[in-house]
Amino acid sequence: MSFEYAPAPESRAVVSIKPKYGHFIGGKFVAGSKHFPTVNPATEEVLSQIALAGKAEVDAAVKAARKAYTTTWSKMSGKERGKYLYRIARIMQERAREFAVLETLDNGKPIRESRDTDIPLAAAHFFYHAGWADKLEYAGLGTSPKPLGVAGQIIPWNFPLLMLAWKVAPALAAGNTVVLKPAESTPLTALLFAEVCQQAELPAGVVNIVTGDGSTGALIVNHPGIDKIAFTGSTEVGKIIARAVAPTKKSVTLELGGKAANIVFDDAPIDETVEGIVNGIFFNQGHVCCAGSRLLLQENVAEEVLHKLKNRMEKIRVGDPMDKNTDVGAINSKEQLAKITELAAAGDAEGAERWSPACTLPTKGFWFAPTIFTGVTQAHRIAREEIFGPVLSVLTFRTPQEAIEKANNTPFGLSAGIWSEKGSRTLWASQQLRAGVIWANTFNKFDPTSPFGGYKESGWGREGGRHGLSAYLKGVSHE
Amino acid sequence: MNFYGLVDGSDASLKSYLNNLSGVDQVGAEARAAMLATRSIKTSSKRWAIDTAITMVDLTTLEGADTPGKVKALCTKAVRPDPTDSTVPSVGAVCVYNDMVSVARTHLDLIGGQHVPVAAVSTAFPSGRASMAVKIQDTQDAIDAGAAEIDMVIDRGAFLAGRYIDVFNEIVQIKQVCGDKAHLKVIFETGELVTYDNVRKASFLAMAAGADFIKTSTGKVAPAATPPVVLVMLEAVRDFYEMTSTRIGVKPAGGIRNTKDAIKQLVLVNETVGPDWLNPKLFRIGASALLNDLLMQRMKMDEGYYSSPQYVTMD
Repeated sequence: MSFEYAPAPESRAVVSIKPKYGHFIGGKFVAGSKHFPTVNPATEEVLSQIALAGKAEVDAAVKAARKAYTTTWSKMSGKERGKYLYRIARIMQERAREFAVLETLDNGKPIRESRDTDIPLAAAHFFYHAGWADKLEYAGLGTSPKPLGVAGQIIPWNFPLLMLAWKVAPALAAGNTVVLKPAESTPLTALLFAEVCQQAELPAGVVNIVTGDGSTGALIVNHPGIDKIAFTGSTEVGKIIARAVAPTKKSVTLELGGKAANIVFDDAPIDETVEGIVNGIFFNQGHVCCAGSRLLLQENVAEEVLHKLKNRMEKIRVGDPMDKNTDVGAINSKEQLAKITELAAAGDAEGAERWSPACTLPTKGFWFAPTIFTGVTQAHRIAREEIFGPVLSVLTFRTPQEAIEKANNTPFGLSAGIWSEKGSRTLWASQQLRAGVIWANTFNKFDPTSPFGGYKESGWGREGGRHGLSAYLKGVSHE
Repeated sequence: MNFYGLVDGSDASLKSYLNNLSGVDQVGAEARAAMLATRSIKTSSKRWAIDTAITMVDLTTLEGADTPGKVKALCTKAVRPDPTDSTVPSVGAVCVYNDMVSVARTHLDLIGGQHVPVAAVSTAFPSGRASMAVKIQDTQDAIDAGAAEIDMVIDRGAFLAGRYIDVFNEIVQIKQVCGDKAHLKVIFETGELVTYDNVRKASFLAMAAGADFIKTSTGKVAPAATPPVVLVMLEAVRDFYEMTSTRIGVKPAGGIRNTKDAIKQLVLVNETVGPDWLNPKLFRIGASALLNDLLMQRMKMDEGYYSSPQYVTMD
């Protein structure tokens, strides 16, 4: 007897994808000149043609944002701005299924995750920041905090709508207007969000969305009419942006890469720890900047944890992202798949031992089986470089001090996990770890009230919570 | 007795065995159960799950007002849950109070239900508040009357007071009474043990003491068979199998009233301990109202519409 789950595909009928999209500038969709395709990474089907913004389009978007800032948005009371944000949040909830399906089609992530994590969290960010809009004087950022002006925002492909929400909601709540560029490979939910802005009757120009590739991003970063740059993406590009804005008056926040240590002490609750390891690295195919990609196991429980982890990984359901029972979907792009494949090969070449559960991968699309490498040391590339895929490097340690030293021995410092039933040890370890987010007995938990951001090469500034709000205000430290 | 070599029967060895178990993180366990509850079971897999769930039902009546007539009706239903459809399988067992065991056994035999065992609740069910002599006699009576399965309750007072050895010895003694004549299910009343750490401890205690099945609840206390409680028990059973090569069964009971809930339980089994446990020898669901909902969902799958409750028998 066996319990095979019959296919349970989410219906695609709820979305209508246009064959071609333009930009959203000054409250209207404007046709683009050049176009590039966006594909469904699970099938390689071309979903739509996306406009590539050049100088003229970016100029127009910045101009529209400046006009909206000067004439409308910065003059409006916080209470009124809050109403628009609440309205957007409610419409996002009402159209949640549409957003979830579109996100899964364009990104390749399982519908379970876009439905249960991405979209609800994105709406939650708008609700949370809507509440701040009329209370900025009470945020502890000075008695009369002021917006910065026009924010240029560049977001990644791993959580397209959620990253949009992290950027747009605080900017608008604080009274800024925005020019946002979604990632080249995942623009569709941002374009649906543009429709939501129209539906909410948001004043024209408050949100402008231009699509394109890195060249469009560079135009935004270097645009003299922009007051603030907010970027989420790779450390490599983050460094380029930091250099570009250094001689200017632009404010900047960067949310970059990571190589998080997930530390398992010998008194950890083992079954939930195994769940946390799986969630830490295989959530969203490992396309997570704060993924728990380095597993540090205390030596005396390493064998037991690995045994249970492998058994658990046998149960991971890899396949059609639109199937409601899928746990791990498609790799977002051919380029990313090549990068993951190359780093995994480096793991083999450097002598680490590779293991994956038996799973049949679809023949079309971009796929990589959930993988763990054991016998990894600090000197391995797979212990140092961000793989940004479903690949876990497993290291061991003997003493708590050794765990901390290994965890901190990285140029990154975005997140870390601690698994222990001993409160004193958890508190001690969390004080030693140099990472912006530390999870205890859980992993990859997000909330709009909680600031998120990195140490060292993982970024500048925080997003979410009161700290995130301060990045969009001229307050105590941002003048 | 060697208790699988895990303990030697002394208080000290039992304490060290139980204290060496890893803890359960409440938030993590509940999150895992909630995630598995999102599994979407449709079409052919739903049909399979419904029929499998029917074979796992311990069709139960545990009321002071039970009558021989009601028990006989229950037995008839247990053998042929849907009198109009012979493809519906029999349930896992009929579960009754001690004094109804012979009524049930006789009637089952009379109507061709020799394959359906009778389970008796025992050891001063549901409270467990009686002397050991009475509990042993209670169990012996049930077996003499034809019970092939004994659902005993543990002494929760002793467990919560940390007198694990008393609980352990009770199970050992009742197991001796059962011998090879009856399967022993040990009921924890997880609603009274409260924490998942306690549930995990009780699971390992009962398995080492000789339980054939571990069971969540009496059905008289809420909360009962919540998905995270069952998850923790299934994990214990899975770990115990790895330690001893012995498969122990699990029986959630109480609060599982509809097909959706039952299918969630099967998903928990499938993705925790694996498909080997997806049969009535290793997984049962203690329930009364559940069977009718399974039958109605089964009819719906065949006919495409929901029937009125009048199309299934009331008991």
